[in-house]
Amino acid sequence: MALHFELVTPEKLVRSQDVHMVVVPGTEGDFGVLQGHAAMMSTIRDGAVSVYATATAQPEIITIKGGFAEVNANGLTILAEAVA
Amino acid sequence: MASLKALKIRINSVKSTQKITKAMKMVAAAKLRRAQEAAEAGRPYAERMEAVMASLASKVMVGPQASKLLAGTGKQDVHLFVVATSDKGLAGAFNTNIVRLARKQALELQAAGKTVKFYCIGRKGRDQINRYFRGQVVHSVEPGDLGKQVFANAGSVAQDLISRFDAGEFDVAHLFYSKFVSVLTQEPTEQQIIPVPLPATGLATGAAPVEYEPSEEDILMTLLPRNVAVQLFRATLENAASEQGSKMTAMDNATRNAGDMINKLTIQYNRSRQAAITTELVEIISGAEAL
Repeated sequence: MALHFELVTPEKLVRSQDVHMVVVPGTEGDFGVLQGHAAMMSTIRDGAVSVYATATAQPEIITIKGGFAEVNANGLTILAEAVA
Repeated sequence: MASLKALKIRINSVKSTQKITKAMKMVAAAKLRRAQEAAEAGRPYAERMEAVMASLASKVMVGPQASKLLAGTGKQDVHLFVVATSDKGLAGAFNTNIVRLARKQALELQAAGKTVKFYCIGRKGRDQINRYFRGQVVHSVEPGDLGKQVFANAGSVAQDLISRFDAGEFDVAHLFYSKFVSVLTQEPTEQQIIPVPLPATGLATGAAPVEYEPSEEDILMTLLPRNVAVQLFRATLENAASEQGSKMTAMDNATRNAGDMINKLTIQYNRSRQAAITTELVEIISGAEAL
């Protein structure tokens, strides 16, 4: 019961791990992605991605700049332009 | 036969050349590791980008309102070759191999009656292309040290390319760079960047419906220019690694050649020294005998 989460920038693969939930700052509002999320694609505004390793854990905040997110059967992939 | 002194000078000069090439090889080896890591770190992004572009492009209808970056201008007359090379030489055939591939394809296209223009990234490539295709280089940039490239540089080049495309300067853009396979192998590669090549597999209609936020068109609008930048950046990273790999091999060869040269010259030096001593001895002995 885990969501495979990948965060990549042109420079490197920042994260590739299994997490519980990720909250993504989409252009039209933040959205949380859990395991089994419907396939979607969204552009991202500059902001913070919150990564919840488990349901109860404190979120880990990653500040990213621009890009887009893709959710498919394999999990969530965020293609960011830069990671602060 | 050269004099002893001349030989000695020659040996010393080859020795210092060897020292230089050896140092350059070490520098290249150190830089290569970093460049290789960067190239490998950059691959996932470019690959995912390609996958996303492919899935998106197959879903969005290619209609008259579709972006030209995806659908093309409808013509194939003017081709722009973006040739990415390095600013520095002494890297074996690295720059030449890229230019040779570009030249081959350019000649083929010209033979087919198309116009070919060049957009050079890197001084070495520009110089070589200027020699073959005088006046066809529309613009050139000198990126400086390939190992210190950041994504923003590729972004500005991409913007320049896109504005030229929008101005109708060309119909199709190809990117030439050297793909880093291993330290010993670098493959000159051609890739079409504008318009985005569609996957040959056809439309993926069976896949699960994907929700788009905002709309497909909007995402595509932001994605298409970025894709050009990403491909350019990837080419830069691959080039940086290839350049160092090629340089390392070239300098290793040069060091070995210098070693062979030194051995040969040393033997020659010793022979002439012995010959001189022998002559001297013969003179002394025959002088003593004459007394």
